[in-house]
Amino acid sequence: MQRNSGKTFKAIVIGVSTGGVTALKKLLGGLPTDFPLPILVVSHISPDSDDGLAVLLDTLCSIHVKEANEGELIMPGTVYLAPANYHLLLERDSTIAFSIDSPVNFARPSVDVLFESAADVYNKTLIGILLTGAGNDGSKGMLKIKNRGGTVIVQDPVDAEMDSMPKSALQLLKADYVVCLKNIPELLHNIVEGKL
Amino acid sequence: MTQMTGDEISDIEIKLLMEGLFQVYGHDFRDYSEASLRRRLNQWLSTSGFATISLAQSQLLRDRALFETLLRGITVNVSEMFRDPSFFKAIREHIVPYLKTYPFVKIWHAGCASGEEAYSMAILLIEEGLQGRFRIYATDINEEVIQKAQGGIYPLQELQHFTRNYQNAGGTGSFSDYYTARYDHAILSANLRENIVFAAHSLAVDADFGEMNMILCRNVMIYFKQPLKERVLALFDSSLITGGFLCLGTKETLDNRNISSQYETIVPRMQIYRKRYAKK
Ligand SMILES: C[S@@+](CC[C@H](N)C(=O)[O-])C[C@H]1O[C@@H](n2cnc3c(N)ncnc32)[C@H](O)[C@@H]1O
Repeated sequence: MQRNSGKTFKAIVIGVSTGGVTALKKLLGGLPTDFPLPILVVSHISPDSDDGLAVLLDTLCSIHVKEANEGELIMPGTVYLAPANYHLLLERDSTIAFSIDSPVNFARPSVDVLFESAADVYNKTLIGILLTGAGNDGSKGMLKIKNRGGTVIVQDPVDAEMDSMPKSALQLLKADYVVCLKNIPELLHNIVEGKL
Repeated sequence: MTQMTGDEISDIEIKLLMEGLFQVYGHDFRDYSEASLRRRLNQWLSTSGFATISLAQSQLLRDRALFETLLRGITVNVSEMFRDPSFFKAIREHIVPYLKTYPFVKIWHAGCASGEEAYSMAILLIEEGLQGRFRIYATDINEEVIQKAQGGIYPLQELQHFTRNYQNAGGTGSFSDYYTARYDHAILSANLRENIVFAAHSLAVDADFGEMNMILCRNVMIYFKQPLKERVLALFDSSLITGGFLCLGTKETLDNRNISSQYETIVPRMQIYRKRYAKK
């Protein structure tokens, strides 16, 4: 089945909570410097965190990782992490916006907020990835991506440090791919190259 | 012509509605950033009983009470006392010494929401010995939050968080001295309120406020598009004395703005700027 053939993608969004640092190291560590899409990440971090996670990941990964700035235009080959205590949203002109609106699913930044706003902008050209985590943030966002024709990838709950985020998404929707973390870089490569 | 998607249509509906609201009520949301606006509008819509923005529009333009609910729905009024404690610490350590050189200081909190930030500043200045030598003007477009701010009453469950922030911000007293707990809420002491004037004011349409020593506008312009940001910054520039301070939210900067060259960074990473004496 060539469900993705001929489909072009414009961006990837990733949501992760408990176990996020390890998971992001593995996933982003497997991507090349010249990865052809921008990647936006919401990882649940405590409100007083600085940009330490972005700095750490940037030294560990070949792909460029940074904390997102307000109004910044997202570029291929770059990973943007949501800063602590702000929701990260995407504008139609592919620039980054922040909000200090109330936490959603007890989280700020919230995965749902990013995913829903990115789905509005990119529709079927968006890839959503939901990884390990407690709680259920990201499920509604994944559903919206799916409903807009985007591609959704869920970490196999068996493979996840905390399985409740992936599990709750899988209860709500049928994922295009349910895979182990270590296989996601190759899967992404194949999807963007149109090999799947 | 190809059929438009539901999305494209709702974007158009939002634009039309904002235009209508501006003409009818004089409230200008035309230059607000779309991502957050869309999110808030959809939330409002889902509780309003209308199926689409267009269906709501006809009544919104005629029924002020309904419009007021929309205005409250659109604006994000979330705040907390001593949000970003390191920012308040920087004010205490680096800015207060300058403020003390003036006989009297005037401070404007633009977009003060329910007043948490203004009260935090009042506490800080009193602890620094400026009691009786300052006045805070705290303004917001949303009259409902202004009323809340005037009351100075907050849910007790938030106080624990506020207290932690206060301590991390370098508070020198005991935070519990500043409020009285009643049932499930806390009432801030009246002597804090004496120093603050709360008023409705829109940064999108209203005029400047004269002669401020310091202006704080934190997490307000993140909801504005470029042209509106420039308008607001020009407004601040004309309201600020030379040598006065401009403070933005921790994720906002003054880079690449029309007024940038007239300002110098005073505390890096805290987004505290000072209006230069000599024009560059
Ligand atoms: C997120 S709150 C910021 C509160 C506080 N400054 C802080 O950082 O915690 C943003 C506030 O800006 C207000 N606001 C939005 N548009 C405005 C306008 N055009 N003029 C004045 N205030 C506005 C909203 O009503 C809201 O209370």
